[in-house]
Amino acid sequence: MGKEIRHQMARRAAREIHAGMVVNLGIGIPTLVADYVPDTTPVMFHAENGVLGTGPSPVQGQENPFLCNAGGFPITASKGASYFDSAAAFAIIRRGKLDMTIMGALQVSENGDLANWIVPGKRVPGMGGAIELAEKAGKVIILMNHVDKEGNPKILKKCTLPLTAAGCVNLIITDMAVLEVKTEGLFLKEVFPPYTIRDVQERTEPKLVLEDAVSGT
Amino acid sequence: MTSRVKPVDKLMTLEHALDLIETCESVMFGGFGGVGNPPTLIDGILERGITGLTLIGNDAGFPDIGIGRLISERRVKKIIASHIGSNPVAGKQMTDGDLEVEFSPQGTLAERIRAGGVGLGGVLVDTGLNNEAVTKGKKRIMIKGCPYLLETALTADVSIVYAKKADKYGNAVYDTSARNTNPLVAMAGNVTIIEAAEIVETGELNPEEVVTPGVFVDGVLKSKGVNWTWAWEKK
Repeated sequence: MGKEIRHQMARRAAREIHAGMVVNLGIGIPTLVADYVPDTTPVMFHAENGVLGTGPSPVQGQENPFLCNAGGFPITASKGASYFDSAAAFAIIRRGKLDMTIMGALQVSENGDLANWIVPGKRVPGMGGAIELAEKAGKVIILMNHVDKEGNPKILKKCTLPLTAAGCVNLIITDMAVLEVKTEGLFLKEVFPPYTIRDVQERTEPKLVLEDAVSGT
Repeated sequence: MTSRVKPVDKLMTLEHALDLIETCESVMFGGFGGVGNPPTLIDGILERGITGLTLIGNDAGFPDIGIGRLISERRVKKIIASHIGSNPVAGKQMTDGDLEVEFSPQGTLAERIRAGGVGLGGVLVDTGLNNEAVTKGKKRIMIKGCPYLLETALTADVSIVYAKKADKYGNAVYDTSARNTNPLVAMAGNVTIIEAAEIVETGELNPEEVVTPGVFVDGVLKSKGVNWTWAWEKK
């Protein structure tokens, strides 16, 4: 995926973040989202390794190797930040204090099931904090490629990979489109140029419900 | 205020710490992605040739960073962790059947360690109920009409912890996000050894700021500092 597309996705995800929210950003593209939240929007970013109030990357040469995000990259602390142990980091999640989590996925089903922790026999990363984040965050946003490396849809009627959590995903932002998981179905909200509604449907297994506002052919 | 009673001095040599680790089965470690892993104790385990360890901790670090080095050097037979994705060597050993891996969701793992550290038998957790890998073999308990999983507590023969500063009694404070699992791990060891970047005289830490009370700690030793290159430094 090109750099431009990654930033386009991050920019779109940032529009979901509103003043006063507590937000956890996953590793990879989600990390970029913070750059697109206006300075005037008060937000607390949560890192599950024990920071509430993560700030921008430090100036090169001024890193504290111990002050990192969950991906192990140096960060700074914003005003009002706090440090705590892992139990408190997950207390924030489990207790419902986290308004939103933005993470990647291997597969998402039309009813919002999420698979992102294992590809049996191939990749065994482990679930990390994904289960707690997916089940307990107020809103779960997935940022991912619309199709896998072989061109197969990642948005499926039913996930074929072992689930991380069931029925947890609210919004999917891909390189092609924005889709919302609702009880009435999987709604296509936006299509990114140069793609068309047809392009998106062809690369999505379940039938999409079209929002009135979606343009394209 | 003066006191007639002098607190115990728990300064420990690296050699003594390694003697303790050498005779034990399970080692619990503090840290997250290498951050907050105790570098000097890890080096010592490697140099002493200690092997066949069961590790308990958040993750498998990276192949050349932190606790991951023990896996790369094949010193570990089993690890209980939430994540090994940052250490492909661990994944390969797992696939080859050389490393037993027990996954626990990260927040659940933290609570299992905390439960062990505070003297409980386990905790009731309502996350992972739809994840077969999590629910497998675990007892489901209904509380006020809601299902929970019984997650058992974790303790270890020895806990190894990295602190920013400790006094000779073992009171400890941590460095920003290097706190992570360290205070939980510090409570859950049958023997707990703190490796500190700085050791001060007992009485020099402000009691108000102490994160880990020294009563949980059996040994304090001075860290030689991190001797690996962080992933972000390699670019």
